[in-house]
Amino acid sequence: MLVVACIKQVPDTTQVQIDPVTNTLVREGIPFIVNPYDTHALEEALRLKDRFGCKVAVLSMGPPNAEATLRKALALGVDMAILLSDRVFGGADTLATSNVLSAAIRKLNSEVDEVGLVLCGKQTIDGDTAQVGPGIATRLAYQQLTLVDRIDNLDVGGKRIRVSRKLEGRHEIVEAPLPAMLTVVRELNRPRYPRVPMRLAAADAQVEVWNNQVLKLDEQSIGLKGSPTWVSKIFSPERVKGEILGDGYADPEGTAALLIDKLLAKDMLPL
Amino acid sequence: MTPNPTIFTPLLIISLGIFAWGCWRRLSLVALGQAENRFDNIGARIGEMLKYAFGQKRVLAKPFGLNHFVIFWSFIILLVSNTEFLLHGVFPSISLAHLPDGIYFPLLLVIDIVSLLALVAVVIAMVRRIIAPPYPEARTIEAFFILALIATLMMANFGINGARISHMPVIYLAVAHTYMPVSSFVAGLIAPSAGALVFGVSWWAHAAALLLFMCYLPHSKHMHILTAIPNCFFRRLEKPNTQPREEFVSGNTFGVAQADRFTWKDLLDSMACTECGRCQKVCPANITGKPLNPRAVVHDIKVNLLENGALLKQGATPVTPLIGDGGEGSVAEEVIWGCTTCGACMEACPVFIEQMPKIVKMRRHLVENEARFPEELLNLFENMEGRSNPWGIAPSERTKWCAQMEVKPFDKNTTEYLLYVGCAGSFDSRSKHVSVALAQLLDKAGVSWGILGKDEKCCGDSLRRLGNEYVFDRMAKENVRIFTERGVKKVITQCPHCFSTLKNDYKQYGLELEVIHHSEFLRNLVQDGRLKLEGTSAELGATVFHDSCYLGRHNDVYDAPREVIELATGTAPAEMERNRNNAFCCGAGGGRMWMEEHTGERINLTRVREALEEKPDTICVSCPYCLTMFEDGLKDVKADSVKVRDVAEVLAEAALR
Repeated sequence: MLVVACIKQVPDTTQVQIDPVTNTLVREGIPFIVNPYDTHALEEALRLKDRFGCKVAVLSMGPPNAEATLRKALALGVDMAILLSDRVFGGADTLATSNVLSAAIRKLNSEVDEVGLVLCGKQTIDGDTAQVGPGIATRLAYQQLTLVDRIDNLDVGGKRIRVSRKLEGRHEIVEAPLPAMLTVVRELNRPRYPRVPMRLAAADAQVEVWNNQVLKLDEQSIGLKGSPTWVSKIFSPERVKGEILGDGYADPEGTAALLIDKLLAKDMLPL
Repeated sequence: MTPNPTIFTPLLIISLGIFAWGCWRRLSLVALGQAENRFDNIGARIGEMLKYAFGQKRVLAKPFGLNHFVIFWSFIILLVSNTEFLLHGVFPSISLAHLPDGIYFPLLLVIDIVSLLALVAVVIAMVRRIIAPPYPEARTIEAFFILALIATLMMANFGINGARISHMPVIYLAVAHTYMPVSSFVAGLIAPSAGALVFGVSWWAHAAALLLFMCYLPHSKHMHILTAIPNCFFRRLEKPNTQPREEFVSGNTFGVAQADRFTWKDLLDSMACTECGRCQKVCPANITGKPLNPRAVVHDIKVNLLENGALLKQGATPVTPLIGDGGEGSVAEEVIWGCTTCGACMEACPVFIEQMPKIVKMRRHLVENEARFPEELLNLFENMEGRSNPWGIAPSERTKWCAQMEVKPFDKNTTEYLLYVGCAGSFDSRSKHVSVALAQLLDKAGVSWGILGKDEKCCGDSLRRLGNEYVFDRMAKENVRIFTERGVKKVITQCPHCFSTLKNDYKQYGLELEVIHHSEFLRNLVQDGRLKLEGTSAELGATVFHDSCYLGRHNDVYDAPREVIELATGTAPAEMERNRNNAFCCGAGGGRMWMEEHTGERINLTRVREALEEKPDTICVSCPYCLTMFEDGLKDVKADSVKVRDVAEVLAEAALR
């Protein structure tokens, strides 16, 4: 069984600023990271590899420099890393993105091994749509299990999976047949730390690049042309600066009491 | 019962064989270690050996050291008489008596007196071990056995000589009384009829003790008699305040998980340990009840090496792993993570055993090969790698500390000093006050200084001490590149960890900087008259100073911070009981700053209580980690009326009124 983890290279959003003139993200000099939720998807794939001996492939769609992200995955122990990169993939919304990723997963399914699970982070921290994972499941007609915080059981032979979904104020235990697409939350696991010998091996390893000559998708379904949605404007909401209460250095106790009163008055302290 | 060469000679040959076999067995294991050059600077090495091995300089630093000094020198001097004894036993014609009287008689006197001194010293050692041992586990059968052997040797020596004197013609007695006073006294106790019997029994008792000693020595901690002297010769001549680099090439192994991956000097260290326990008595982890005991670490490495030696020689997998919890390995992981790298153990060791590098090498294995470490460290490692600071704060916020003042970027053409603010000084809300105070003092003194601002990176100290050498290596290379490109030559640091890393660790990367800690720099500014004081910081009240390990013990800067405090307040700070090179760690070094302390009492609480003994109004520090540890500790012991101030803040009170 092949487990596919989809990961995305995103700008480190704590360091991102918005250009007030062009209303776009200032990306120059901003370091890229692996989308934090995706690191949990990748970790779970690796755990399944450890437990069941599944093969793990990791996919990422992005510009050529996203190769660095895939090398990080190789350093953690994935079996193959494929970068989906082509100018015609650029400018994609979630629909077009899921078209490309689905095509790649289909190709893996037919050429490498039968895909049993696709794991994605619940959303990316740059787009925040949470649509690509479900989009993949829909395109591939896989079972769709979102917001997974625990895999209770995986029956590889019987091709069934039971997971816990973390919902608002409750958990839901769901069982589904494979193949399935899971989106995962941070509580699922603690990502591992790469070992140095693996890092060194990853630096020399091959990252396969698949462009549209490999995937052969209709250009109307990918990239900007295949995207029914587009971003018209990005802006930082105006924030009114709050008042400073008391003096925490001079009178910590009085200031704390003041804060509690304020919170109580606004009904923000459940008692 | 008379000496009999036909019995004695085979016994001696067997004993020498066992001795040689024991020495070969152990020293051939040392040779399994990795290469390391300790043959440079031979002249200096001989000097160190004379001072510390023969002069026993560090041994004498503690009260019972004198006792050891006596035993050591007795041993050396009595090598003459014991060699004579062995040769005489085989070839009865050989005797010191053939020497000219002018040499022989004084020699007899020396041997007689020294034997008595040794006997007294051995008895003191036994009594001490019974009444107040250096540490409870020191009451071993082995220790008493060896002391008893030495005592037997001395008493037998007096027996032999006493019996001889009791049979001497009267005309020789005056000479004997002059040159063998102790033996003569013993002779007086021997009945004339018993003389031959006493002689025979004493001679054979002496022979038995000497041969047993010889056989036993290489198989016990008393091997140190042979290894301690070379260990002082091969000591690290510079302070052991860094760890060696690793080369990150595929196929290399990283860190140490098997005894033979240590260097030969590490392994020699393990053979040179006398288990005196001085290291454990100064170890902050051990004192506060954690499982780390530096003596035990060194000992366990030796035990592991002995257990696996035969397999390691064949290149086979060892039976007992070096690292493992629950007794599965020789050294438990919690032991390895307990170290604050404060260096107190290495400062205390009379024979210059280097405990800290061994611990860091084992950490390297856990981090680099196994990716196994206390879970708190995962965030630290990722923050360091991703954002070059321990908290993972955006690098763009590095200059927020100086938002309210004008600070120039470093420019090699116009700026003399780089102020390397450091992560704590840039991001930690408390330490930012120190940065501001320092910056204002530098401005007031008219110093030409600048910062790297958002381009400043973490120095990587915590990573290196925690064994994450791979990421440290990348950060060091990055910093070396930045410093070189920007033309930085002189650096002021306010954090002793940055100070030591820039000054000592980066040398391994070919970067020679003039690094000065702010305490030294500020002291110089005041003493040179460049920084005028407007008054005194007398409102800080009674002060006490706490030494930072990385400023003091690791870099020998003890006076500068004290002088800054004295210049600013008009009074020298009080000293805690443990101070200067004997100071007790705050608990945050070696990456412990970023880890929880689950076992025993918290190290900072122990130190805070020690500081409070001096009834201070203000505890003065010279390190951002110490600052945090003391402020936290004072809150915990409900003594937060006591202030904690960095020396820069102390000086600012006097200079920036």
